[in-house]
Amino acid sequence: MKRIYMDHAATSPLDAEVLKAMEPFFSEKFGNSSSLHSFGKEAKGGLDWAREKVAEAINAKPKEIIFTSGGTESDNLALKGIAYAYRSKGNHIITTKIEHHAVLHTCEFLEKNGFDVTYLGVDKYGFVDLDELRNAITDKTILVSVMHANNEIGTIEPVEEIGKICRENGVKFHTDAVQTAGKVPIDVEKMNIDALSISGHKIYGPKGVGVLYLREGTSLEPQTLGGGHEFGKRSGTENIAGIVGLGKAMELAVKRMARESVRLALLQDKLSDKIQERVDGVKLNGHPEKRLPGNANFSFDFIEGEGLIMHLDMEGIAASTGSACSTKSLEPSHVLTAIGLSHVQAHGSLRISLGKDNTEEDVDYLVGVLPPIIKKLREMSPLNKDNVKEFENFGDSEHKH
Amino acid sequence: MYGDKVMEHFRNPHNFGELKDADAVGKVGNPTCGDLMWIYIKVGKNEKGEEIISDITFKTFGCVAAIANSSILTDMVKGWTLEKAEKVSKEDLLKEMDGVPPIKIHCSILAADGVKAAIKEYREKKRKE
Repeated sequence: MKRIYMDHAATSPLDAEVLKAMEPFFSEKFGNSSSLHSFGKEAKGGLDWAREKVAEAINAKPKEIIFTSGGTESDNLALKGIAYAYRSKGNHIITTKIEHHAVLHTCEFLEKNGFDVTYLGVDKYGFVDLDELRNAITDKTILVSVMHANNEIGTIEPVEEIGKICRENGVKFHTDAVQTAGKVPIDVEKMNIDALSISGHKIYGPKGVGVLYLREGTSLEPQTLGGGHEFGKRSGTENIAGIVGLGKAMELAVKRMARESVRLALLQDKLSDKIQERVDGVKLNGHPEKRLPGNANFSFDFIEGEGLIMHLDMEGIAASTGSACSTKSLEPSHVLTAIGLSHVQAHGSLRISLGKDNTEEDVDYLVGVLPPIIKKLREMSPLNKDNVKEFENFGDSEHKH
Repeated sequence: MYGDKVMEHFRNPHNFGELKDADAVGKVGNPTCGDLMWIYIKVGKNEKGEEIISDITFKTFGCVAAIANSSILTDMVKGWTLEKAEKVSKEDLLKEMDGVPPIKIHCSILAADGVKAAIKEYREKKRKE
């Protein structure tokens, strides 16, 4: 059976050109970039090249690029590093309720360690309210962290305006750009960004490598101590092959961005239109236009997402859901509940994230197999339009969590 | 993550749908954790005159484990006496399920509660008659 991958927001396949660029750095160019000899220089060459490529992609300087092990480490380093560096100035951090867990759990850690965190709500599309942000800033506020685009519903936040507000108030601004880097234009100067997280494997690069952009002059308390690598901000012998892979992936992504983003947005529109045409009781989550190209997130009434994902998998389609049953917790997606969905609706969500190898035929195939699956699951469900309101908050005493 | 038996019952569930003229319906679950289950039973009598579950169906909003255990349990207790069925243990059901991850245990035993709730409702109805 043909397998169709439509879960690019989770991870993406390594591009053949990226693999080719990485290969020499596993074997013949294996040196330690800190060494003085020619082996070391070869490794350093790869490191410098990748640093320039990433810097160019976001209009930064090479010395503002810190390589890490991935998006999660970048978020941790940005939040903890900035929070502890500016502790004497204040202890207040502002973020949103729809951040990735790498940000949310780091904020919870900081709360346990003497910081106050404000979690801004979002509207039905997932947008942060700029006035609410302005009002939340106090003279104790040192850092604002708002993601560039949400990984589940694809909503692109007004980061340029947020950056401006932070700059006017003398507050540092971090954005998690794991879903947008290489897909949506980023200019750290124009957007007044002080720190920004990037991941390699979301852009056809390797796993295990990421970037923290840190504006020159921004203080950061390192979280990994050692030999002083990465300008003393993140010690540890560099993952040169991975870093070169990320550099190559970023170079390719920027080159392909203009064309690919239009192609993916058109495919996504087609997908959304056809699904809404063929299935009743479906809602597109997120904003109709201001969303990641290729991201579509639907809620189907009266069904649960894990069963839906497994049925799609049996048809060869890989997608994901915000249902609790898909995660390690039993709570449905915090993002879907933050945009006002009921638990039942949040459990019935399907995220399709298209990528470079997806075609119109793939979309047609999905649109063909989906309606019978929804029908079957609804036939099995005790919920329907007449009783859903009554049972939305149903709970027998033994099954509360 | 699931065993073959669970996947087979998820793919082709037995006994699903509303049971017309059911004698009782057990409603269990909690939409917050993503599962709601209705167990419909029809009560008859065996040769000894004991009350038995003569027919049983389910309707389930829930994950793979929730749907599969609805199917497996309804297969299991069909024909059982009410006395035996109301004592069905979660361990028995888990054993029948043959392979579910720890996080799924709570939704893998929901049908056992569903059957108990249905029998309880049946007995209460009878008492009122």
